[in-house]
Amino acid sequence: MAENESSFRVGLLADLPPGEALRVAEVSPPVAVFHTEDGQLFAIDDTCTHQDASLADGWLEGCEVECPLHASRFDLRTGAVDAPPAKVGVRAHAVSVTDGEIWLTLSADAPNLPPGVTA
Amino acid sequence: MALLESVLVVGASLAGHATARALRSQGFDGRITLVGEERERPYDRPPLSKGFLAGRVEAADLALEAAGEDLQVEWLLGHAATALDVADTAVTLDDGRRLVADAVVLATGSRARRLPGGTAAHDLAGVHTVRNLADARALRAELLPGVRVVVVGAGFIGAEVASTVHGLGLEVTVVEAAPAPLSGPLGVELGLAVATLHARHGVHLECGVPVAGLLGRDRVTGVELVDGTVLPADVVVVGIGSMAATDWLASSGLDVVGGVACSSTGAVAPGVWAVGDCAAWYDPVRGLPHRLEHWTDALERPVAMVRAMLGQSAGTARAPYFWSEQYGVMIQFAGRHLGGEQITIEAGSPATSDVFATYRRDGELVAVLGMNQPKLFTRARRSLPGTPLDRPSAVPQPVS
Repeated sequence: MAENESSFRVGLLADLPPGEALRVAEVSPPVAVFHTEDGQLFAIDDTCTHQDASLADGWLEGCEVECPLHASRFDLRTGAVDAPPAKVGVRAHAVSVTDGEIWLTLSADAPNLPPGVTA
Repeated sequence: MALLESVLVVGASLAGHATARALRSQGFDGRITLVGEERERPYDRPPLSKGFLAGRVEAADLALEAAGEDLQVEWLLGHAATALDVADTAVTLDDGRRLVADAVVLATGSRARRLPGGTAAHDLAGVHTVRNLADARALRAELLPGVRVVVVGAGFIGAEVASTVHGLGLEVTVVEAAPAPLSGPLGVELGLAVATLHARHGVHLECGVPVAGLLGRDRVTGVELVDGTVLPADVVVVGIGSMAATDWLASSGLDVVGGVACSSTGAVAPGVWAVGDCAAWYDPVRGLPHRLEHWTDALERPVAMVRAMLGQSAGTARAPYFWSEQYGVMIQFAGRHLGGEQITIEAGSPATSDVFATYRRDGELVAVLGMNQPKLFTRARRSLPGTPLDRPSAVPQPVS
């Protein structure tokens, strides 16, 4: 279902090694695509819901990323958050790979942005 | 240890709230009582010198509790604890009530250090410290157009307040008694690198000349330095560090000289634990109890402490970590700067506010600093060794 109407290409899998993240800034709010150490791809909103920080710069461990500034961890599969200071999760987006290209399909939900940040 | 059925947490800020969360998430289904001196529900303090002071963030945004969160806790807010009976694990409150529990957690945090010379200086109108929501509200109300502000202390709170005040378009001067700011946490070279942020934004920083006193009758009119310089001021913010809020433990017999002395899992005495800013956990690297005063420790150490309380392995503590935001620059530090490390700027420069620096001891990475370098910083932070907490360490005994 990668290439349906609302999907778009964000890069090449070859450019995103395991353990790395790609920040997709062409959309607002931006999205972070993660390639986990065990080879899975996930996409969530890039902006922490606590404060304006890029989760693509965060600490990736298993299927979770910790905000680079504070201690909230987001589940890459669902966007759910584990602990303060963030109190709400981020959106999870659909991501897939076709012929080595990474395709993203954005969630239709409204994003949860930190106080003072607008999309 | 007797079966744990009730836990009394004294302090309802970050560490106290995190303790209650950890107890519930680790399966404790007994009674939890949270005592808080302030009337507010648990809130986040770092924005008090930044976004909240600037008016970008409101009090509701500071709540630590998520919407709908219910930890099944009995809240006793607006009550200060006045005494601890270690042998009975009992706490007396300011209304005379005596609460007894199977375990007591001391999480009363810290208080802003005041200028020497008694309370007279702090009694002047216009003189502020920034520790709690009421402090920040009072200061925010005085930051009106045209007001001249002097910040005493170029540590993190002072620097953040100066940055915020500057951002509001007010005139601000920072005075620091030490010859170089932040040399304790960062070392002289990088302390100066961070402190150049003031000058680069047109904020005057005066170092090496201590404050002699504050001028004014009822309201502050200026700050006098020991060399006779007088800095006119309508508002003075004192940011010269914090002290463990342990006055109420004076009669407990506990060692509270540099914070409540604890084992490396937060144990103080049988049935008594301490965590957060008021606590000095034994640090195996330093070889002594050490008060960290870092937000991240107040959030994470309760998880380890509760594991130990419930008879589990406390696990490993990550390297100490703190951040500060000044003039739009995110400063991050992890590890321990004990002095004598080899410090190397690996990327960026102070002039462009994008320093990434490492601290090495005998070739081993022991600390890392980043200014607007989240990716490099996080990667290096991950490689810092953690501290195993279960290694046997003497549990401090109450002194009698």
